[in-house]
Amino acid sequence: MISYILRRTFAAVILLLVVSAVTFAIFFLLPRLAGQTADQLAQQYIGKAPSKADIAAVKHNLGLDQPVYVQYWHFIKGIVAGADYSIGPTTVHCDAPCFGYSFKNHQAVWPELTSRLPITLSLAVGAAVLWLVSGVIAGVISALKPRSVLDRAFMGIALTGVSLPMFFTGNLAILLFRYQWPIFGSEYVPLTENPSQWANTLFPAWCSLALLYSAIYARLTRSGMLETMNEDFIRTARAKGLREGTVITRHGLRAALTPIITVFGMDIGLLLGGAVITESVFSLHGIGQYAVQGITDNDLPKILGVTLLAAFFVVIANLVVDVLYAAADPRVRLS
Amino acid sequence: MRRSALAAIAAIGSASLLIAGCSKADDNKNENGNTKSAGANAATKGVVNASDKKGGTLTYELSDVPDSFDPGNTYYAYMYNLSRLWARPLMTFKPGAGEEGNTLVPDLAAGKGVPSDGGKTWTYKLRPGLKYEDGSPITSKDVKYAVERSNFARDVLSLGPNYFQQFMADADKYKGPYKDKSAKGLSSIETPDDTTVVFHLKQAFQEFDYLVAAPQTAPVPQAKDKGVDYVKHIVSSGSYKFQSYEDGKQAVLVRNENWDAKTDPLRKQLPDKIVVNLKVNPETIDQDVLAGKAIDLAGAGVQASTQADVVTDPDKKAGTDNTFGGRLVYMAINTKVAPFDKIECRKAVQYAIDKVSVQTAEGGPIRGEIASTVLPPDIPGYAKSDVYATSGNKGDVAKAKEQLKACGKSSISTNISARSDRPQEIDAATAIINSLKKVGINASLKQYPSGKYFTDYAGVPKFTEKQNLGLIMMQWGADWPSGYGFLQQILNGKAISQSGNTNLAQYDNKDVNALLGKAIGTQDTTERNSLYTQIDKKTMDDAVLVPLTYFKVLLARPQNYTNLVSTAAFSGQYDYLNIGVASK
Amino acid sequence: MTELSKTGAAVGEPTSGRQAPEAFLEVRDLKVHFPTDDGVVKSVDGVSFSLEKGQTLAIVGESGSGKSVTSLAIMGLHRLGTRGKNVRMSGEIWLDGKELVNAAPDEVRKLRGREMAMIFQDPLSAMHPYYKIGDQIVEAYRVHHDVSKKVARKRAIEMLDRVGIPEPAKRVDGYPHEFSGGMRQRAMIAMALVNNPELLIADEPTTALDVTVQAQILDLIRDLQKEFGSAVIMITHDLGVVAEIADDVLVMYGGRCVERGPAGEVFEQPQHPYTWGLLGSMPRIDRETSERLIPVKGSPPSLINVPSGCAFNPRCPYADIPKGNVTRTVRPELEQVSTGHWSACHLSAEDRQRIWTEEIAPKL
Repeated sequence: MISYILRRTFAAVILLLVVSAVTFAIFFLLPRLAGQTADQLAQQYIGKAPSKADIAAVKHNLGLDQPVYVQYWHFIKGIVAGADYSIGPTTVHCDAPCFGYSFKNHQAVWPELTSRLPITLSLAVGAAVLWLVSGVIAGVISALKPRSVLDRAFMGIALTGVSLPMFFTGNLAILLFRYQWPIFGSEYVPLTENPSQWANTLFPAWCSLALLYSAIYARLTRSGMLETMNEDFIRTARAKGLREGTVITRHGLRAALTPIITVFGMDIGLLLGGAVITESVFSLHGIGQYAVQGITDNDLPKILGVTLLAAFFVVIANLVVDVLYAAADPRVRLS
Repeated sequence: MRRSALAAIAAIGSASLLIAGCSKADDNKNENGNTKSAGANAATKGVVNASDKKGGTLTYELSDVPDSFDPGNTYYAYMYNLSRLWARPLMTFKPGAGEEGNTLVPDLAAGKGVPSDGGKTWTYKLRPGLKYEDGSPITSKDVKYAVERSNFARDVLSLGPNYFQQFMADADKYKGPYKDKSAKGLSSIETPDDTTVVFHLKQAFQEFDYLVAAPQTAPVPQAKDKGVDYVKHIVSSGSYKFQSYEDGKQAVLVRNENWDAKTDPLRKQLPDKIVVNLKVNPETIDQDVLAGKAIDLAGAGVQASTQADVVTDPDKKAGTDNTFGGRLVYMAINTKVAPFDKIECRKAVQYAIDKVSVQTAEGGPIRGEIASTVLPPDIPGYAKSDVYATSGNKGDVAKAKEQLKACGKSSISTNISARSDRPQEIDAATAIINSLKKVGINASLKQYPSGKYFTDYAGVPKFTEKQNLGLIMMQWGADWPSGYGFLQQILNGKAISQSGNTNLAQYDNKDVNALLGKAIGTQDTTERNSLYTQIDKKTMDDAVLVPLTYFKVLLARPQNYTNLVSTAAFSGQYDYLNIGVASK
Repeated sequence: MTELSKTGAAVGEPTSGRQAPEAFLEVRDLKVHFPTDDGVVKSVDGVSFSLEKGQTLAIVGESGSGKSVTSLAIMGLHRLGTRGKNVRMSGEIWLDGKELVNAAPDEVRKLRGREMAMIFQDPLSAMHPYYKIGDQIVEAYRVHHDVSKKVARKRAIEMLDRVGIPEPAKRVDGYPHEFSGGMRQRAMIAMALVNNPELLIADEPTTALDVTVQAQILDLIRDLQKEFGSAVIMITHDLGVVAEIADDVLVMYGGRCVERGPAGEVFEQPQHPYTWGLLGSMPRIDRETSERLIPVKGSPPSLINVPSGCAFNPRCPYADIPKGNVTRTVRPELEQVSTGHWSACHLSAEDRQRIWTEEIAPKL
């Protein structure tokens, strides 16, 4: 088990290196290959009418005057060992892990990511709890009473949930719960500061995001339950004289939930890389919003930082899912 | 099944919108009976809710992030407007309605700049008793330093414009304050004493007062300047100082206790606190503005959906201001791409375009008036004129074909460029393509991202010539509200550059170049403005650009805020200097 | 099966029901129908039998003959699960003096696992893959006994030991997939017997196992039956198993009983052509390998559109012997051939005797 995790962690590091190299190549190498000069790249980050000297200086500051592989080496070195940046009057030390500085406003990327992570985390985890609970409950009920009114109602809501874009549900939620019935706040407060206001502000966002996802989970649970409830071991459980509730939860749901863990872990991992649209709609200053800003400004270090962070979470989620799966299903061995 | 379910939900959605709308209107009446709407466009005619009431929290919301809060590192009009709360430039604009807002008044300076040497030297005297937020005195050296850091260290503070770098004498020898550590600094700015600053220019520049109205002249104490990180600890010279600043998220301003009203005839310091929220959902901004709880910092007007809601309801319409944004929407005709090197072919385009269809594509009369001059009505030098008038502005196929014939062509095949992330610009270009087709000009649409429009595509002359880019969609606003500020970047033949070019027509006319030079050296304002009118006329006669619409914005006026006045100096935005809070 | 004659006579006389019989288990005119979109599936269509403690009844038939549904109906399991929501059931099941068809579901649940237990065909799929063997036995025990987990665990180890699993204290913590097929079935039996049930239903308990293990499992069931004195219903399509273990045999075809009687008699003097077919298709160690098996031709009948007349008539080589097309129009009723031996066939006793002795017996 320990050696498995160590091995997987090692593989994850390699994978992240590859991801970083590919991302780096896409944003730093491709434009060069497409014929853009370093001057042109640098010019994007200066205001109006730059002089040749301005461009040269910016190019130097951003490291664009060096070959791409040297830039990549500096980037990786910064993450491992930190880096020094001398822009302007003072030299700033950027502690490891140093993800570099924004090309646009020269603010360090890593502190920005860490300051935004709690928001994205709050959004993702809160929504995840909601969608998991509601999706699984709806799915179980639907599976136990297939084709009933309740089943059709749940599946109808689920279908609507996946069909509606976040722009619609999110804005509707905001309109209803912040303006029509102003019961929910709009100012994000960290959990550590004021848990009730934290939940109060995030609740409409959780619901909107959960609506989108719970649909999938309801359908997954429903089909999983329909399948497991026809399994032989369910008949065995009943033959023992167990109460139907016990049969459903301890035997049916237990087996049906295992594949859902996988999907759930991956979804959380993906969301931690930033819920782009939800964060925009609910004006949350999370990772996703940072990513959007990076892309609008063509701010390479920001894009790189978010990409790596997102990849990191996906890799971690994969690992956690595999370990959890092995813990849940004794037939699976980690090797 | 699915359709009907969706329709039902959509119906619920719109019903709730209606409910929300109704109750909102009621709320306003109940809360402040005194702030009944002053009527549509009231803030374009005068100050709405004029008041000296102190206290409360004023909230600005922005859907984007600004380039920087650092006065030396910003180029956005709304930051020019807002930054005056913590950074006092030498001159600024008088808070006033519409074009009255274009009036320059001294801010940090005690009076207007005193020109000498035929407009090549400008001397400013600072007001006495000026202090930073920490109580230390503001000196003329800090003004000089602010100009040096903002214009001569563009590898560090790269986001603002560099007019001083262009206009100051000896500019090319100076490496900027971060590299040149000598005490002397830029030799062409002198500070003979702590309250005097003297600027020596390369050439006569009679609109220099406009230049020093930029936040780049707001004082920065050298000892506190950390380059790019100064934005985190800005030392205020204005009525408010930073309580907190989170990059890309939020800034909170509180009263600057060391600001002295005696040194400042302009600012009132009304709210206790000013909160600037960044990256707010545009729909949320509109809702908050309509609820009277916030100001849209960008001042670019409400969202299309909100606009539809607001203009159809007379009560709500009374709470809006529809005003010019100091911008021209136009299409440049590339004089270096055949056959548009011939004036007749250019005139054929002028006559062919149905401007009403373009206006509709841009969002209708609320978003822009049909244009026929280069200078918009809110810029000095504007004179009503329409060289290529057509009936109902709908284009004239016969006249266009006539010009085409004179040009020696029966049809033209060319390309038209627009910014891929601006749907209205694409719609407008499509409308133009349809107009041109009727006279035998076939234009294909080329889309390029706005972020690289000037650096890589439309602003690279070689690229446009290679790609047969004869027609180029464009919008332009002035850096300062004068004919020179508006025209020189888009018509000056000397301003054509190999990348980042904004003279998209590549118009290089001796007369126009000379007139621009003459105007900026002319001291008398009236005479100067008449020169701008001449340039406008000459350009239109040469048919190098097709004015489409004078850009307009529809602002929702927050009912709960006081001293709201839409000023032409900042693209029609409300003047942010003295807005206060009426209740709560 | 001494009571068979008595109870057999009760068939078709519903008014005489509702009275607790003397037999330990008595099934009277049991019908289990499942309405579907395509029509009513008559899985079990009027089956009666009885069984005493310490006795073994084998129910024989092809898949789809209704033998498994019959056993599930006794357990009350047919109405649970998604398919059982709208099952239609009639008749009577008396277990130790209690009628189960009309009993409250929860009453039947309390009997399940305690008074009647079941062993399933494929122990791998019948055991929950995520729980330890021991925990599954513990669970079965604690449903019906208010004891601590520790006590139940001791009981589980004891049961594993009893069914011949080596190192039970260790294997109790193993998962089903860690057991071999035979060991798994032993564990399954341990789980079924943990509450000392008086009725044990084994649904093809050896089908999924290889031959040597089959014999061991059958021996085990027989031994345990002796030890516990339970009644056993053995559901199988394998007459070899029947010969080995059964006291009585019930042959089902198309949801109905076509022949039943004491095992020895059914093997020596089978009366129904379908039974002949089954015997013909049975591999025997004493049979010469050169001789081919005689399979029953054709496929099992649809339970929605059961053939009119004798359900077996489309596959019966002798269907044309009785006069007047009677095999295709009239459903044959069970008739007593000899004491306790019943058969439902239109062939006359003489014809049956002749065919059996002349055509069938020599080939077996």
